Amino acid sequence: MFRLFTKILRTGIVTERVKAPKDAELEQLGIAIKRQIDRRFSGSIAIRAVDAGSCNGCELEIHALNNPYYDIERFGIHFVASPRHADVLLVTGPVSRHMQTALLRTYQATPDPKWVVAVGDCAACGGEFGESYASCGAVSNVIPVDMTIPGCPPTPEVLIKGLLGLMNR
Amino acid sequence: MSTLNWTEIFGQALDAAGVLIETQSAPTDNLSVWHIADRHWQKLAESAMTHQLRWSAGWAEQDDDRFIVHALFEKQGRYLHVRTSIDLNTPELPSQAGVYPAANRSERHTQDMFGIKFTGHPDNRPWTRHKAWDKHQYPLRKTFAVQGQPEAVTPPDMDYAFVKSHGAGTYEIPVGPVHAGIIEPGHFRFQAVGELILNLEERLGYVHKGIEKIAEGRTPESLARLAGRVSGDTTVSHAWAACMAMEQAANIRIPPRAALLRGILAERERVANHLGDIGAICNDVAFTFAQIQFSRLREDWLRTQAKVFGHRLLMDCVIPGGVKSDVSDTDCTALNADNLRLRKELSDIITTLDLNSSLEDRLYTAGFLSNDIAAGFGTVGYVGRASGQDFDVRRDAPYPPYDQVTVKVALENQGDIASRFWIRYKEIMASMKLIEQFMALLQPGEIAAAWRVPAAGSTGLGIVDGWRGEIVSFVAFGADNKISRFYPRDPSQLNWPALEKLVLNNIVPDFPVCNKSLNGSYSGNDL
Repeated sequence: MFRLFTKILRTGIVTERVKAPKDAELEQLGIAIKRQIDRRFSGSIAIRAVDAGSCNGCELEIHALNNPYYDIERFGIHFVASPRHADVLLVTGPVSRHMQTALLRTYQATPDPKWVVAVGDCAACGGEFGESYASCGAVSNVIPVDMTIPGCPPTPEVLIKGLLGLMNR
Repeated sequence: MSTLNWTEIFGQALDAAGVLIETQSAPTDNLSVWHIADRHWQKLAESAMTHQLRWSAGWAEQDDDRFIVHALFEKQGRYLHVRTSIDLNTPELPSQAGVYPAANRSERHTQDMFGIKFTGHPDNRPWTRHKAWDKHQYPLRKTFAVQGQPEAVTPPDMDYAFVKSHGAGTYEIPVGPVHAGIIEPGHFRFQAVGELILNLEERLGYVHKGIEKIAEGRTPESLARLAGRVSGDTTVSHAWAACMAMEQAANIRIPPRAALLRGILAERERVANHLGDIGAICNDVAFTFAQIQFSRLREDWLRTQAKVFGHRLLMDCVIPGGVKSDVSDTDCTALNADNLRLRKELSDIITTLDLNSSLEDRLYTAGFLSNDIAAGFGTVGYVGRASGQDFDVRRDAPYPPYDQVTVKVALENQGDIASRFWIRYKEIMASMKLIEQFMALLQPGEIAAAWRVPAAGSTGLGIVDGWRGEIVSFVAFGADNKISRFYPRDPSQLNWPALEKLVLNNIVPDFPVCNKSLNGSYSGNDL
């Protein structure tokens, strides 16, 4: 246990401010969003990530949002296990036809008001996979999408900026 | 038996059994290509089993009015690629799955995609096909349009015949396809009594997005991009395997510097994934300290990749003929600094984990995969190597740049989650050593060979060791530099069935950590 505590103490806090081209602007945005979240959602936004057919690249970067550098929870944003607990669906991948019904049901299971964010090039437009006998392509072909965050995959910084932007709409 | 002649001995044995082998020119030293008659397909598998060959991959392709079915076997680092042709109008072939359990899902995939009936198959349920296309339509036939004829909404696959349990106190737990965590979709069906898992059945195919079909007609560059997205966490190795196959078909040798850079990329990919997984395994038994520390180390590692190679996950760095960008001396300093830092950090953290008895309690003996079952399914990579399967393409069938260094392969025999945990740690250490060796070997030179358009009908087989283990990639060219067939065999296709066995006698709450220790790719499996 002693070693464990020493490692924790020696590592210290590594959480960074999100480095955007305009830091001041982003901080302003962050404050505005926090206010929005405080007012409309009692201080927190719950996200349900749904992989609807991705290659898993986007998932890796969404995971990174929880690492101590980005620590997305500090903005009042956290990931939940059920769509019934969620305000936001973060959908990745081209929607495979085999996942189409599952995605529709997940969407229906999410209480209103809800937002859908399509994450990554595949979710935005079908990406490398496009539309075919096996793929519906963009998420917006299956459920209504409020916002897209492009990238293959989008970096954690881009994801945070995108989410913050969503809250400010 | 020397490593050089088992194919000869095996060939003689088949000859004695009346199997006529038509040998084709071998593209590399450690690969033989044989053509046999379809009626001998099962007999070949039986003999292969007697001679202790490992079943590695199976796929098919359409050639005008015939189907050509392929199977790949391996022993002692030497590969045997067997082909047979069958008539398009009566597509039937004796199954190899009864002999090799590893061939089971592969043959079902081929049945779903081509409509080839494997007679005597132990399980005739569909595998990749759910409801996106009709039972009598076969997406990989040339007559099937890439757009298919999908319904507006693809109905859920409701009537898959899962194994049922009977008896007082037993119950079923259906899980997925949408999971509670941030992971890929798939379905797991448990039968349990109390907390104990009696049986687990996997139902995958949810992320099938037609990779094999949409590969047809692509250019080499475009195929490399697609291959890099077969499984996002294995982008380097899948792109490498596809490029290796295309380069073989085009008869191109990549420059030495390109090979070394590919080696560095692939080993960095291995380290990044193991760092993520070690943290995640600990997190699944509620040991958050490790998750936080390892996700921090992974992030540091990815940032260097973004700086040096231009992409955090190294996508599109491997291109046909070589690599996309070069590294400077400053870059090499940064890569070396990464290794130094990671070694120091790991020496702290790993010691801490090793001393933690609560972690020990959860990881030792849990998720046990016996050496026999691991061998039976032909498991590869860290799953196989944690259960005594001493095979690594980098060492046993070396390709540049691994032919210039000594590859040390980590091996464990306990077969539990802890073994798979420690294999990963050892692989991280070995990969860092390899990266340093590759950097020391770097000489100024070209980083990509000029592309040469292969003749129509040229084929190639790329076999590399990805971070999950052996990857096999088959590529055939049509006319005008266009791909006519692409089949990537992710290691997950061999490793997934092992999960159904290693969870037995564990409790349901331990399933996540069992699953994480194996970490199969859904996308790489479903294609």
